[in-house]
Amino acid sequence: MDWNFIIFSLVKIAVVVGVVQGLVAYSVLAERKISAWIQDRVGPNRCAPPFMKYVPILGPFLTRLGVFQPLADGLKFMFKEDFTPAGVKKIYFFLAPAVAVIPAMLTVAVIPFGSQLGAQKMVIADLNVGILYTFGIVSMGVYGIVLAGYAANSKYPMFGGIRSSAQMISYEISMGMSVIPVLLIVGNLNLSQIINWQATHGWLVVYAPISFVIFMVASFAETNRTPFDLPEAETELVGGYHTEYGSMKFALFFLAEYSNMVASSAMMVTLFFGGWTLPFWGLDHAAPSLGLGIAHILIFLAKMLFFMVVFIWVRWMFPRFRYDQLMDLGWRRFLPLALVNILITAVWLWIRS
Amino acid sequence: MAITVNRKKLNFWEKLYLPAIVGGLKVTLKHAFNTLILRKVVTMEYPEQKWTLPAGYRGAPYLVKDQEGNTKCVSCQLCEFVCPPKAIRITPPGDTGLKADRTNAEKMPAEFEINMLRCIFCGFCQEVCPEEAIFLQQDYSLVALSRGEMIYNKEKLLSLGGVSPGIQKWKLKLDEAKAQESFPVKV
Repeated sequence: MDWNFIIFSLVKIAVVVGVVQGLVAYSVLAERKISAWIQDRVGPNRCAPPFMKYVPILGPFLTRLGVFQPLADGLKFMFKEDFTPAGVKKIYFFLAPAVAVIPAMLTVAVIPFGSQLGAQKMVIADLNVGILYTFGIVSMGVYGIVLAGYAANSKYPMFGGIRSSAQMISYEISMGMSVIPVLLIVGNLNLSQIINWQATHGWLVVYAPISFVIFMVASFAETNRTPFDLPEAETELVGGYHTEYGSMKFALFFLAEYSNMVASSAMMVTLFFGGWTLPFWGLDHAAPSLGLGIAHILIFLAKMLFFMVVFIWVRWMFPRFRYDQLMDLGWRRFLPLALVNILITAVWLWIRS
Repeated sequence: MAITVNRKKLNFWEKLYLPAIVGGLKVTLKHAFNTLILRKVVTMEYPEQKWTLPAGYRGAPYLVKDQEGNTKCVSCQLCEFVCPPKAIRITPPGDTGLKADRTNAEKMPAEFEINMLRCIFCGFCQEVCPEEAIFLQQDYSLVALSRGEMIYNKEKLLSLGGVSPGIQKWKLKLDEAKAQESFPVKV
């Protein structure tokens, strides 16, 4: 065990977790702002620490942008009474938020968010089975929600949990199937290798557009976002699986949902949009200098933020699917489509070779 | 009998959902663009911006003074009687109490309280007042830190009410009365 590796890994983990948390906080703000703009409103524009009014131009601008809103939200969650309803199954009730949030945080471990800074590769764990790891972790995410639904000992959370389990299991299959053409084309499960392949051959979204569409829709379903937000359908299930939760435990579910969004945006960027590479200005190979390394990280973040915005944008556009439509779409449309897609890709590769 | 609604048969292109998705994205994007870039915001930022109230707006009822700064209320208690939620409470001056602060009027209230938490802004008090002494004015956002503060007393009501440029019913009454003394009456 060399200390160098351990220290650098710890630093990377700390930074990545910090960045993801920040992204989560600010994607909540983005959600509120973008929804406001789409609905002809202004959005949060009041929250500011007291000293902000003495900052001349920047202060009012940032306040109007709502930049301090996440801080206020966080404080609110912290100081709220942590109420445990009578009749809940205590162990599971306390366990569920943790079980929901841990897989969401773990997924980012294998994602290469940059080429290299100095001699360090910008990925926490350069696993050879990166995609498999991701799918394994993602499918654990459902336990948190099901546990929450079960532990609450109340009918609406239960419905939410059941719906969520059915939905996630269904869409995981399409999701897994949709990635297989990518693996066939690249011939490697390592996410860094997939990005390297894309750097030389062009982005995979060109080679496997159907895969991308299925993967994207399935990741909407996996993260419980509209139009697949049946587990937390406010209009039907009060709040879904987190009805009985409050304060920081509820915030953890929130965190899990948005971390999942971050993770699946990152996965989409990595698998289909070339990760940290750009096909011009020589940004498509590992960075020789520190500046280029930072540029790569910024490119990755920019691409990821684009998909985050798409996630949010779609949420404020679509009505929710009905349960049977959801199952129909998952099993009778996407699964066959994904299988055909695999077949076509395989045949195409066989002809080419 | 059940009514059958004929649904439109979707063709293959429509069944793909894609046109609908693109259409939806266009609509939402247009709204976001209008709000964000063109600043066509339909909401109003309330405490800073306020809407202009129409002339007949019924806000909180306040007591008014006449042009000479005299209390118009003569403590007749009609508004107290008519008030549906019993928000008004008038303490008359009694036999030895307060004389009116203007000539000709017999009395004025020793205390006049409106509980703004009870008041429903119905305007009956204004309608019933024979002296045109109470008017529903333009205030609609009444704030206080306690219930006690929401009971507005006479001074507060008078200071908030301001001056009413209306008739001065009693102003010429003395001259008229004096004119009655002599014969022939000259008015």
